Amino acid sequence: MSVSVERDQAFLDSIRRVADEVAAPNADEVDRDARFPSEAIEALRDEQALSAFIPTELGGGGLAFETIAAACFELGRRCGASAMIFAMHQIQVVTIVRHLEDADWFEGYLQAVAEEQRLVASVTSEVGTGGDMGRSVAAVTAADRGECTFEKQAPTVSYGENADDLFVTLRRSPDAEPSDQVVALARKEQIALEPAGTWDPLGMRGTCSPGYVVRATLAPEQILPTPFPRVSAESMVPVSHILWSHLWLGIATDAFDRARAFVRAAAKQKPGGPPPVAIRLSHLMSELSLLRAEVSSGLGEFVELSQEPGRERLSTMASALRFNNLKIAASEQAPRICQGALGVCGIMGFKNDTPFSVGRHLRDAMSACLMVANERIHQTNASLLLIAKDV
Amino acid sequence: MTDEIRKILTDHGRLPVDAGTLPADADLYQAGMTSHASVNVMLALEDHFDVEFPDRMLTRSVFESISSIEAALTELCGEAALP
Repeated sequence: MSVSVERDQAFLDSIRRVADEVAAPNADEVDRDARFPSEAIEALRDEQALSAFIPTELGGGGLAFETIAAACFELGRRCGASAMIFAMHQIQVVTIVRHLEDADWFEGYLQAVAEEQRLVASVTSEVGTGGDMGRSVAAVTAADRGECTFEKQAPTVSYGENADDLFVTLRRSPDAEPSDQVVALARKEQIALEPAGTWDPLGMRGTCSPGYVVRATLAPEQILPTPFPRVSAESMVPVSHILWSHLWLGIATDAFDRARAFVRAAAKQKPGGPPPVAIRLSHLMSELSLLRAEVSSGLGEFVELSQEPGRERLSTMASALRFNNLKIAASEQAPRICQGALGVCGIMGFKNDTPFSVGRHLRDAMSACLMVANERIHQTNASLLLIAKDV
Repeated sequence: MTDEIRKILTDHGRLPVDAGTLPADADLYQAGMTSHASVNVMLALEDHFDVEFPDRMLTRSVFESISSIEAALTELCGEAALP
């Protein structure tokens, strides 16, 4: 076993400990009060988890992408909101690391993330784009002293209030077309957030994601040099879909585990053979194994394509379809499994205060199909299918 | 070939600018071509030149300018002309 694999294993052990000892005991309260899971995020900071993917030469953990994905799964088993916050932070960090291109400002920024365990949120969705991440209204606008500014109306900014910095998609300039985008990193002290809306949703309540009008003044070096379409195709979209899928699998896995615990308890009460509900559990296991297979093959293909020189195949339509399908499949399958677990546990699963409660799991998993709406993704896929060949 | 590509871009690219006068190396996406419009451009190019773009060519960089489209078509038509 190489040193790096040992380090990755040790990291995952620490993530499991945070998940079990910090995220799990607070998960119900975080959900009930729709409050930020500050204990879990602080515990992740203590483990240097926010810089786990940053290369060691920039002060980070230098861990593998697969390890980050596994961490999302582990956290998802204990608290969906904590896992989502961790995953969304990692999406921004992984994207910056993969598109650094020796940009000094961003190297310095990653060092700051590692030293200060800064939490990064993203501002990608925007009022007036119809949910299309490939278009922006807000634009980078020249300001005094060579700086630039922007103002963006964001319908949701996950953990915006609790984030240190924001990764924001924008039009390149005020006269650029909506699809001519760049992505910029604004630090907390450069940002003014004006709340625009409330936060009382069905699930993922701890992500605290109301809308804001985001205003910032920043230096031109804070715009990532790589054109956004490449950033999006090679990293942001596939990484989002993979990390989200892992945490949705985590949520579904815990719902299944609770259903299994319920069946075992029932079997112990009436010895003499599996209780009738055990058959439903077996059906549920088949559903879970489908989800597991899709999530794991999606990760494997991404890692393989990322290792190719130039990562060109990640920019093909076949790849776009592949990782869009991962998102659609996982976001539909995860709530289905949670609902199946509810069917197994019955009233004991329906109640919010039993060891077999799966209401939070179901509600959290139901957010999956909205995170970039599945119908919007189907619309893109339908168009790509007209021209892609080997899908 | 360039003129035919420009005609197809005018008919299917839904560009806010005139594809007839756009520089050959201008970025079509920056000029406002959406990904949906680009799919229609690809379909029209396949139809007009009687070629099929293989998956390796179905990337943004191949369709980002008139000259990159021309290079791809030359490669495909050249392949087809081989015995």
